Amino acid sequence: MATVRVRLAALLHSYAGGMKIIEVNASTVGEAIAELDRRFPGIAFRIVDEQNQIRPHMHVFLGEENVRDLSTPITKDAEIYIVGALSGG
Amino acid sequence: MTQPIAPEGANTWILGTRKGTWVLRNGNGRLDEPWFFGMQVHHVVQDPRRGETLLAAVRTGHLGPTIYRSTDGGRNWKEAEKPPRFKAKEEYANSALDGDDARRQGLTLDHVFFLAPGHVSQSGVWFAGSSPIGLFKTEDDGITWDGVAGFNDHPALSKWCYNFAPGTPDGQKCHSVQVDPSNPKRLLLGLSGGGLCLSDDLGDSWRPVNGGVAMDFAPPKEDGSEYEYGHDPHDAVIHPANPRRWYHQNHCGIYRLDWQDGATQQRWKRIGNNMPKEVGDIGFPMTCHPKDDNTIWVVPMDGGTVWPRTSVEGKPAVFRSRDGGESWQRFDRGLPPRAWHTVLRQSMAHDGRASLKLAFGTTSGEVWGSDDEGSSWQSLVTGLPKIMSVTAARLD
Repeated sequence: MATVRVRLAALLHSYAGGMKIIEVNASTVGEAIAELDRRFPGIAFRIVDEQNQIRPHMHVFLGEENVRDLSTPITKDAEIYIVGALSGG
Repeated sequence: MTQPIAPEGANTWILGTRKGTWVLRNGNGRLDEPWFFGMQVHHVVQDPRRGETLLAAVRTGHLGPTIYRSTDGGRNWKEAEKPPRFKAKEEYANSALDGDDARRQGLTLDHVFFLAPGHVSQSGVWFAGSSPIGLFKTEDDGITWDGVAGFNDHPALSKWCYNFAPGTPDGQKCHSVQVDPSNPKRLLLGLSGGGLCLSDDLGDSWRPVNGGVAMDFAPPKEDGSEYEYGHDPHDAVIHPANPRRWYHQNHCGIYRLDWQDGATQQRWKRIGNNMPKEVGDIGFPMTCHPKDDNTIWVVPMDGGTVWPRTSVEGKPAVFRSRDGGESWQRFDRGLPPRAWHTVLRQSMAHDGRASLKLAFGTTSGEVWGSDDEGSSWQSLVTGLPKIMSVTAARLD
């Protein structure tokens, strides 16, 4: 399990008490989002839907890699960026 | 009917739009700063039982759908702690559903479309209809929501609603959640497409109630019988003052049903046949007078050729019946002589007052109001985003 910094885009700040960067301990991207939700209940459902899929217009980057699989392992020293996707013109 | 019973003393129109909610004070024509700016707001409803709670069905493009709640007249809003959501597909693995039932692949809530306060005897109960088709319930005044299992898990639901295939332009939806004011266990739903269905046990079991309703978009059945389900109601209402009388505007006509005790099948009568032939009886909203069960309003739209869904021949009008749909009168005084309005199913409302006011909103961001029960109309607002709902509320 690694300590990872999660950076949240502005559209999620209100779900995290105004915080923009949060450190969590997790082995996978899914675990990191679950840990966020333990600290800020409700935030995970804004990122991942009820079928455990990252919402179509949300992007989760592990470093520079756009991750869609929540079981993706977290690499040492990586950062997670959770942002709204570029949607439309 | 977006809201059969308006809160007592309603003084405000709440306008749900594609880009937020605007509040229009009736008294001074003032438009407040928006709530949920930038978000899609399908429905905002004030609880007519107590008037303290407002719920809003809201969706953002990125973050998905949710429900917000206010207990101070809209000054502050808080998101539901547990908003509506479908079951995970894994929960259907050992169910009796057919192998190709879409629920086995997992349904994802796109938006909450309709909010309905529960029976007056059931404080804190609300229902929410959704797209894809689903029904959700709260018992704590909108804080936590659960699926109504008797409906969402009904084995025949996928048969009724074309296996949840996206059909209508904004997706299939469960709308017109109607709670019978005389029977707290009776619920009527409109499924677009899917038909109307009824429960007499507060949602545990359901049956289609589409007898007499046309389904012009399907071929006649070879045995000459009617389709039992799969219809496309647009807007349905159980009359609040006479719960034995129901109305609905359908994709294929305007209908009234007078409940017959002991009948093996309740049948709808196509009262739209009494509309002028050149206008037809296609539209979205069905609005009924809160006290007079014979007075109803509809807004006809062009359902010909490629279904433009705009004012018939570009001549906006509201039609009113004073005799339960046996005859209709056209009202266009005050409306523009040429315009191509689209009025969605949740975008017409009354304020419930003794001197009844009406309002409707258009997808081109206009709001029109009437102080004389629809005989004439005035422009109340222009320049708003696409209006998706109009409801009445009492706000300070």
